[in-house]
Amino acid sequence: MKILVCITHVPDTTSKIQFTDNNTKFDKNGVQFIIGPYDDYALARAVELKESLGASLTVLNVGEAETEPTLRKALAIGADDAIRINAFPTDALFVAKQIASIAKENNYDLILMGRESIDFNGGMVHGMVGELLGMPSISPVMKLDIEGDTVKMAREIEGGKEFLEAKLPLIAGCQEPIAEWKIPNMRGIMSARTKPLNVVDPVDSEIATDVTTFQLPPAKGSVTLVDKDNVEELVKLLKNEAKVL
Amino acid sequence: MSILVYIEHADGSVKKTSLEAVSYGKALSERTSAGEVIALALGTISDEELARVGSAGASKVLHVADEKLNAGVIQAHADAVGQVYKQIGAETLVLAKSSLGDAVAARLAVKLDAGLVSNVAELPETADGYKVKRSIYTGKAFAETTVSKNHKILAIKKNAVDLKTDGADASVEKVDISIDASNFAAKITSTDKAEGEILLPEADIVVSGGRGMKGPENWGMIENLAKELGAATGCSKPVSDIGWRPHHEHVGQTGVKVAPTLYVAVGISGAIQHLAGVNSSKCIVVINKDPEAPFFKAADYGIVGDAFEVLPKLTEAVKAIK
Ligand SMILES: Cc1cc2nc3c(=O)[nH]c(=O)nc-3n(C[C@H](O)[C@H](O)[C@H](O)COP(=O)(O)OP(=O)(O)OC[C@H]3O[C@@H](n4cnc5c(N)ncnc54)[C@H](O)[C@@H]3O)c2cc1C
Repeated sequence: MKILVCITHVPDTTSKIQFTDNNTKFDKNGVQFIIGPYDDYALARAVELKESLGASLTVLNVGEAETEPTLRKALAIGADDAIRINAFPTDALFVAKQIASIAKENNYDLILMGRESIDFNGGMVHGMVGELLGMPSISPVMKLDIEGDTVKMAREIEGGKEFLEAKLPLIAGCQEPIAEWKIPNMRGIMSARTKPLNVVDPVDSEIATDVTTFQLPPAKGSVTLVDKDNVEELVKLLKNEAKVL
Repeated sequence: MSILVYIEHADGSVKKTSLEAVSYGKALSERTSAGEVIALALGTISDEELARVGSAGASKVLHVADEKLNAGVIQAHADAVGQVYKQIGAETLVLAKSSLGDAVAARLAVKLDAGLVSNVAELPETADGYKVKRSIYTGKAFAETTVSKNHKILAIKKNAVDLKTDGADASVEKVDISIDASNFAAKITSTDKAEGEILLPEADIVVSGGRGMKGPENWGMIENLAKELGAATGCSKPVSDIGWRPHHEHVGQTGVKVAPTLYVAVGISGAIQHLAGVNSSKCIVVINKDPEAPFFKAADYGIVGDAFEVLPKLTEAVKAIK
């Protein structure tokens, strides 16, 4: 059994989002980068499956050299080896084509990733990889168990969940509570230094979409406080001033 | 060249978010002088309900009535939409973001060799190229995105345009297509879904509770206010982690991103990861006993006070204005 986990290298959830160069570039100044929180769930579940099924576990990131510490962290959490596709991840289709190309070479049984990245939030890469490889792709998956060659999953839908079954190979976009985030231990961190991290050139892909400029939302005005003994006033304001009731 | 809008339905009605997608399609066709706006529904639903989609701006509704499509099998829906899109020679596909819509859109981007933009927040600018504004960094910023493919797929966020309600009834046409069995490889074995509840991602008003509510036994107060407001209920992450509330109510960076007209947060501190899921709300009301709670900085209105005192009074006050 071969598992591939695709991870993103994204700003920590507490980062202040700012842009430079006339709003054409993300401002990395003072920003700490992490494994995407959803990808971290995918990785945690993959490590559990690796241990229970004796699978091999590869992590992959499409990104430039700066993402290597993030891949090393995934190795420290429990992946056996890592692949970095050496390219700026221009858009979802570009990333999906890179993943599909590696997957075709290596015949993974299970490809996991987060339901979406927390920078661009598209949530599209897993579906695109599924279509490129002609496999089912299920997202957002909150439970995933493997019995023989059958995968049993729960997918979150509006107002509840849906239970699914499919045969391997397949792709899943993961979210909580599929597994608990894993924190690397000292042994993991030490062994990650010597685990293989292979850098691969990207395959050609036409550009379908491209970001030209960034914008921040308008600043929020200050809050109007209403006395706790005068809640009728709040209702009036919501009705007459904000016009939301 | 026409615009195809993939519409979803539940319990016999077309979803409001899908009607918004139709209105988006209509506004887009007016802006770009594209042709007709044609909606597409899959699975069992009545003709009367489909005709009603005209009010939102569709001139025609195509209906693939195949019962096998009643369940939202991702690959089967993507295949059906792709076939119809090609049959009618459409140039743009519009759909509302949802757990099914997103998954279908992703596969179609490959099938149709289309430029896909997700989380679309506004109508595109087409004076110079084709630029779409989308929400990124979980609502903390926007990106102006150019699409260079002829075929375009726009997955739109709630409230990207105003819902149109004044259109005439649409004509409904049945379409017969055959969907290869391989598209049903992933089988839905069952669903577990709250009946008759207002769904959080689609709600116009949301009342959310945090750890300040002290325990699941106190949620009646949240539910009562929600009921008076016609609102969906939500919660913070720790609340769903401890199991006070079901996971699908968890709002924020790692949960549901909401965009209601009114978001009421009760006993939630306002951590940056929670705010990331609510910053697209039009109006935010915060009830918290701590005047220093960070949520007040992101709020339009606030009450500093004990939720257990304020909630019942507020529920009564809402009742009184009806
Ligand atoms: C990677 C990551 C992702 C995360 N994603 C999310 C996410 O998606 N959503 C999310 O919500 N969190 C998320 N979190 C967690 C987040 O950081 C906060 O811990 C969480 O939002 C806090 O929840 P809370 O406000 O309910 O609880 P607390 O922070 O404990 O706040 C409780 C609040 O209730 C108030 N209170 C107490 N008693 C009363 C009373 N009687 N009346 C009125 N007010 C009262 C207190 O003053 C306090 O402000 C994430 C964290 C990380 C690290």
